[in-house]
Amino acid sequence: MNVPRWLQRFRRDATASAQSRPVEALTRGVVSEADWKRPGVRWTMRTVHTLLLVFLIISCIGPLFLMVKFAVTPTQDILRTPLALFPNGIRWENMVLAWNKVQVSKYFWNTVVIAGGSWFFQLLVATTGGFVISVLRPKWSKVLNSLVMVTLFIPSVVLLVPLYLTVLNPPLLGQSLLNSFWAIWLPAGASAFNVVIVTRFFDSLPREVFEAAEVDGASTFRLFWSVVLPMSKPILGVVSVFAFIAAWKDFLWPMLVLKRAEIQPLSVRLPAIQAREDLGVFLAALTISTLIPMVIFLIFQKLFLSGAGMSGAVKG
Amino acid sequence: MKRGLNPKKWVQRGGLAALLFALPMIVIFGVFSWWPVTQSVVMSFQKTNLVSEPRWVGWDNFEWVLTDPNLPIALKNTLWFAFLALIFGYPIPLIGAILMSEVRKRRGLYSALAYLPVVVPPVVAVLLWKFFYNGAATGVFNTILGWFGLGPFPWLNSQDMAMPALVLESTWANAGSTVIIYLAALIGVPAELYDAAEVDGAGILRKLWHVTLPNLRGVLFITFILQIIGTAQVFLEPYLFTGGGPANSTLTILLLIYNYAFGASVGANYGAATALSLLLAAALAVFSIIYFRATRAWSTT
Repeated sequence: MNVPRWLQRFRRDATASAQSRPVEALTRGVVSEADWKRPGVRWTMRTVHTLLLVFLIISCIGPLFLMVKFAVTPTQDILRTPLALFPNGIRWENMVLAWNKVQVSKYFWNTVVIAGGSWFFQLLVATTGGFVISVLRPKWSKVLNSLVMVTLFIPSVVLLVPLYLTVLNPPLLGQSLLNSFWAIWLPAGASAFNVVIVTRFFDSLPREVFEAAEVDGASTFRLFWSVVLPMSKPILGVVSVFAFIAAWKDFLWPMLVLKRAEIQPLSVRLPAIQAREDLGVFLAALTISTLIPMVIFLIFQKLFLSGAGMSGAVKG
Repeated sequence: MKRGLNPKKWVQRGGLAALLFALPMIVIFGVFSWWPVTQSVVMSFQKTNLVSEPRWVGWDNFEWVLTDPNLPIALKNTLWFAFLALIFGYPIPLIGAILMSEVRKRRGLYSALAYLPVVVPPVVAVLLWKFFYNGAATGVFNTILGWFGLGPFPWLNSQDMAMPALVLESTWANAGSTVIIYLAALIGVPAELYDAAEVDGAGILRKLWHVTLPNLRGVLFITFILQIIGTAQVFLEPYLFTGGGPANSTLTILLLIYNYAFGASVGANYGAATALSLLLAAALAVFSIIYFRATRAWSTT
């Protein structure tokens, strides 16, 4: 497999950030070496672990496996004998129809554009803001930091309606953002969670490096762009992957602000596709929607699992 | 020398640069976070329908919301959802994570498998399960249960089964991330504690009870409150699975808020929607404060 170079680099960084990968770092748990040597314990643990593996495979892969199978099964077979293995052959056409006729390709592209823009604004706000709060530290940055932190404690439901009205009639702009991607890109930037993890990471960078750069006469922008950002690749990787996945998953907000079908992302279109299309084609559309996040997950697996553990640590 | 009075000095010291760097954060958070939050308080005391000018109406919105006959139903359903989610979704990830932390070979495979459903877009997961829940005898779940001589069950079409069916899907979709959080916390248990317990002659179960669980306390408390806050705001499952039916048996608070503001029949009652949002947020805040007060004695140390 030919992996592009930028991706290789990204993967290397991702692995480096996950070096202290908690899942593998465990030295010992409840069961000690001495316990393992006792045959009773060993056989019980092996049996339990095998059962756990079987349970995980059936419950976690099972439904997804069925989805992929249905994606290439004739609708009549899906309805009559959902669990039989292709009694009347495979129907690849489902996938082709979903991609072309149902125009999953178009909504797919919309999703990519939405996720890309959200990613950009989340990274922009979190890195520049984190830079001010953690590195530059002007007097007023403490106030700014607390104002951002307060929003962590406000449940998203409070924002729903007033944010919708803000997007409908944004201050100073005089033009509704409804039915434009900006309505998703810009609010995505207001993520206090990103600011927390980026600021924490910047805090952990050695301040001597910043001071040395200042002595060398580096401008504030150079300090940000050529010193802080390159040192922060691991955390930028974590924020990027999470930003992309979050944008891919979002449903309620894009449904509210993107009313025109041709600019909607996949997640918003899928319920409509279900109502209108042949079942087999619809399940093929579901499969395609799952493919990209699944591939990203499998490539950046370690990053994901360390990031998920970290989000628990931050919330704690 | 007085600071802050001389603009030239301020620029030279990097004050302007800092402000420029803070600008994206100030603008984005200002317009899309701080402004809407203050707006929500204002709007809850106003009548807004986007056609005429907003009008101050005092506590009318709150009164209207609190006397809505659907509110007790939605409240009861949301509590029921939260309770079921706790029964299904709280012990399973914990047991799974503890067992997984003892796996010696390919532990990564176990955690990756457990995390897989979290990666599936939630809309896809719900629509897929909606199809699995097909109430006909040839539905996917009914076929499987039929092998054991059970069913067919009506699933989403039954007032009693709809909510548990929603919770089951939601647990499937979310348990993976909790497992990973627990796994990370299990690493934090110091090995010396286990060694010490063994010196005292503790067996596996005693070590589990006296070392592992007490050390997970902090994380367990946090995941509990996060799950409560999350399930109190459940929207996607009832909206896509059942639309609140059958007979309002899956109507949740957030679905009610959505209906106030954007629903087809009521709609555009933004004041009532924000009032109910604020009430929900206040209830969650009060619950969290009481919870943290009550558990402070346990969760520290």
